[in-house]
Amino acid sequence: MWKFLHPYANPEVTYHFTNKLLPWLSALAALFLSIGLVWALLFAPADYQQGDSFRIFYVHVPAASLSMGIYVSMAIAAFCSMVWQFKLADASAAAMAPVGAAFTAIALITGAAWGKPMWGTWWIWDARLTSELILLFLYLGVIALHNAFEDKNLAGKAAGILTLVGVVNIPIIKYSVEWWNTLHQGSTVSKIGKPSMSIDMLWPFIFCFIGFSFLVAVIISLRFRNEILARNSIRPWVRALVAKHSS
Amino acid sequence: MTVESKPLSSHAPAQLSYSHAFMLVLKRDLTIAMRHKDDILNPLLFFVIVITLFPLGIGPEAETLSRIAPGIIWVAALLATLLSLDRLFKSDHLDGSLEQMLLSPHPIFVLVLAKIFAHWLITGLPLILIAPLLAVLLHLDDNSYTALFLTLLLGTPVLSLLGAVGVALTVGIKKGGVLLSLLVLPLYIPVLIFATSAIDTASLGLPYSGQLAIIAALFFASLTLAPFAVGAALKVSTN
Repeated sequence: MWKFLHPYANPEVTYHFTNKLLPWLSALAALFLSIGLVWALLFAPADYQQGDSFRIFYVHVPAASLSMGIYVSMAIAAFCSMVWQFKLADASAAAMAPVGAAFTAIALITGAAWGKPMWGTWWIWDARLTSELILLFLYLGVIALHNAFEDKNLAGKAAGILTLVGVVNIPIIKYSVEWWNTLHQGSTVSKIGKPSMSIDMLWPFIFCFIGFSFLVAVIISLRFRNEILARNSIRPWVRALVAKHSS
Repeated sequence: MTVESKPLSSHAPAQLSYSHAFMLVLKRDLTIAMRHKDDILNPLLFFVIVITLFPLGIGPEAETLSRIAPGIIWVAALLATLLSLDRLFKSDHLDGSLEQMLLSPHPIFVLVLAKIFAHWLITGLPLILIAPLLAVLLHLDDNSYTALFLTLLLGTPVLSLLGAVGVALTVGIKKGGVLLSLLVLPLYIPVLIFATSAIDTASLGLPYSGQLAIIAALFFASLTLAPFAVGAALKVSTN
């Protein structure tokens, strides 16, 4: 059943596959983001309560949900690397960590910029904000642990264990802070079938969300490609590639 | 001629039951700790000094202090535990006995659990014993003492268990100290939240069994899962 995946255990095959995938991902990201952002920022109707400042929502919500999504994919990669000893899974987790940290930071900063006009404060010790901040700390811990090891293989394994411990902790953190204190508004998008926002606000959001997801895929693929090359720099196929490019 | 009754060679692995192996490691760690009493006293002293800094920094008003006492005591407990974590595996790693432990035929789970239990006896238990005294200094509410005791009793083992994961990951790194706090402190946050919330609730005279139940759940979850993570991390660290 999983046999079609087997060739991708070879770094060379995966490298070329990523190469082929990249232009498609970039084109889709550019298409969805340009439509979505222009629609969202210029043409979508202003909110009757929050005015134009609600438009930051089109960046904030995709960044926030992607920050969690990336962590879960990192944990899945770490799990695969631990159970089946895929070295490439470690490389992909290493490629994902800084991207996830960046998107967590974007979610926090846009959230602060949104909170200032709406709540009258940049920061509040609210459940969602706090758990997002802790998620940022977890990302930074994984990155720091990764950098602390000289040997990339060991670094990947150690960071993988920390990622898995962190993923166990994420629901605990989420609920602990939720019961502790909360002000952040509830979800407006995910109520399937009956979203609590109007349809001409929802469509640009969907475009933005898909666009940002493709953007993340593009950045991760670029970083993943570099990771593969860096880890296999002594292999003949990498040398041949370098020779071809430098001549 | 009953030759079979004697062990044929000294190379045959000694048959140790799990509980025996656990007790051996525990006894060894406690003996080592008793011979380096500084290891027990210094984190405790740190705990006391950090707590005395707060009334000096914030001001001696009894209402303010009793309001923030649970948070101060718990944050100081987190930091004191963090400070003491280093000795959990460091010296064993340096003299090679950690590798011998990993090579032994006994499950790592049992050995690691024994080491963590020893660590808790050396650092967590003294904290629990001295905490009521410090609570008096901070004018903690009279209703809260039981809650303080119970949260520390259930919470400090969680700190030792989760901290062991962090130490196991950083034991092979030269300057792992700062990194360790970066890894471990975010994981400590749920314990801190529920423990302080339980003590606050108790000071209002309300039932706090919900928060205690959650800390107990955290304790059992980390008791059963953390030793596996520690074992895996030690294998990575000792390569």
